[in-house]
Amino acid sequence: MSTVGTLRAKRAAGHTGQYLALLAYLVFLAFPLLWLVSTAFKPAKELGSIDPTWLPKDWTLENFRVAFDSQPLLHSALNSLIVAVSAAVIAVAIAIPAAYAMVRYKSKVSTAGTAWILVSQMFPFVLIIIPLFLVLKNLHLINSIGGLIIVYVVWNLPFSLWMLQGYVKAVPISLEEAAAVDGASRFRTLVSVVFPLLTPGLVATLMFSFVTAWNEFFFALVLLKSPENQTMSVILTRFLGAEGVADLGPLAAASVIATIPSLLFFALLQRRLVSGMLAGAVKG
Amino acid sequence: MSLTSPKPKPKASGNRGTPPPRTPAQRKAALGLDRGGWFLLLPALIPILILSVGPLLYGVSLAFTDSQSGRTNPTEFVGLTNFADLGHDSLFWDSFRIGLVWAFCVTALQLLLALGLALLLNQNLRFRWLARTLALVPWAMPEVVVGIMWRLVYHQDAGILNATLKDLGFINENVDWLGSLSMALPAVIVVGIWAGMPQTTVVLLAGLQNVPGELREAAALDGAGIWRRFTAVTWPAIKPVIVAITALNFIWNFNSFGLVYVLTQGGPGGETRLPMLFAYEEAFKYGQFGYAAAMGLAMIAVIAVFLTLFLRKRLKEEAA
Repeated sequence: MSTVGTLRAKRAAGHTGQYLALLAYLVFLAFPLLWLVSTAFKPAKELGSIDPTWLPKDWTLENFRVAFDSQPLLHSALNSLIVAVSAAVIAVAIAIPAAYAMVRYKSKVSTAGTAWILVSQMFPFVLIIIPLFLVLKNLHLINSIGGLIIVYVVWNLPFSLWMLQGYVKAVPISLEEAAAVDGASRFRTLVSVVFPLLTPGLVATLMFSFVTAWNEFFFALVLLKSPENQTMSVILTRFLGAEGVADLGPLAAASVIATIPSLLFFALLQRRLVSGMLAGAVKG
Repeated sequence: MSLTSPKPKPKASGNRGTPPPRTPAQRKAALGLDRGGWFLLLPALIPILILSVGPLLYGVSLAFTDSQSGRTNPTEFVGLTNFADLGHDSLFWDSFRIGLVWAFCVTALQLLLALGLALLLNQNLRFRWLARTLALVPWAMPEVVVGIMWRLVYHQDAGILNATLKDLGFINENVDWLGSLSMALPAVIVVGIWAGMPQTTVVLLAGLQNVPGELREAAALDGAGIWRRFTAVTWPAIKPVIVAITALNFIWNFNSFGLVYVLTQGGPGGETRLPMLFAYEEAFKYGQFGYAAAMGLAMIAVIAVFLTLFLRKRLKEEAA
């Protein structure tokens, strides 16, 4: 009886400890987010107060209105959307056949491809952006959305290949054999058998590529000079102003808006994302 | 593995009812997969060669030239001059020291905190869905937004951090977190941890969920305590995942740019000028392309040394 009692007490203490630790994590993760959202909805008067409160006393949408008025925010959102969608679609479209080939055909090219995926993670962007900058300059693609899309496609390719490889591996080769036995051509097999099975993986990869491009900052900062071409990430840093003296409310409002698309896709993705990342790592 | 296990050779085919070919090579032959698949790789290969491998080689070669932006006279090969200059450039050494401190601190603390959270989330606790959801948010947020958000938190007068610490009585004066020489680097390191911890957590959690629960139960029945169960069962099982994610985290952190650019732009007094920020300034503020490319190569060297030291033991284990 007494031993069971102490065991239980021990377990209860353990649970309390665990909940305390979980609470600490929740606070650490949540408080900056809460502050951002709260700032976005605070009236200017409260933002100027020397004794800030956690939540706005009067909730207002004024900051969002100012954000949309003061900077070409909508236009930059449109730029971001065009760039991210194009980059994601193109990257995935050219990654599908390549991922299929890398999984099903074991050749030296496939091995080199996998090695490149890993190595490309290692290089500092600066070593890639300087030559790209010079190349794109010669092609007159600096300061153009088209140039940025090209860069993002190449930027998205390694991870798209990585994720798609995992999904291709999950398609049983016996299905392709069955189709071949039934007299389907290679092309027909790919279109009618492999492709439909890949669709969920394709959607996940598309969404991930979109988020990567939507969130990207460095390449956009270097390549886009004129405000009418800039993406949201770059426009947001303009809100910070010359000396970092920013209008806090609109800044927070604009940040909230910029986060929504990524967050939405991540919410839809969450389960697939992990399995996708790990699937690519499983040895065939 | 299926590739290495011996398989009986199927008898000569031709007559009806023979089983489908069995060895991997034969399966491929039946599907026409033994013939080159290079044409499928082509659409991906061309942009990769032109826009990734090519520029990379070009970038490496630039490190040995005096390439500058907007210059009229042709670029010349200068050998190792850029690297000699780097050696004398005290700002460069400062920047690398800061970069290493940043990368080591962020990577180590990320791992530690992420491991703790992943272990908690692997338990049957209430509210863990909340933590799981919250853990995804920083991962999805644009770097720039994370930077802006923390600037709001750290804001000297209107920031919630100073207000809260004051209310709790920890400080009397508002601290200028991002503006003071001593506080800026620790402050940005905290942001780095916040931004990168969720991804590490999710990966570790996936690793933990592959650890068979029976093993831990068996260990518990044998009288192993929590710590012993962790070191003897859990740790060995997730070690490969930890090694992989830590190596990646270190590379990502060492190459990190956007977060600190938004938070401090490298200030105050260059106290948070990570190598990438330094190289960016050299290249696109001062137009010193050759010099910046040399810096990029130096960064790769650091990463390569780290990876070799870090992975050597692991590779040895695998070879044994």
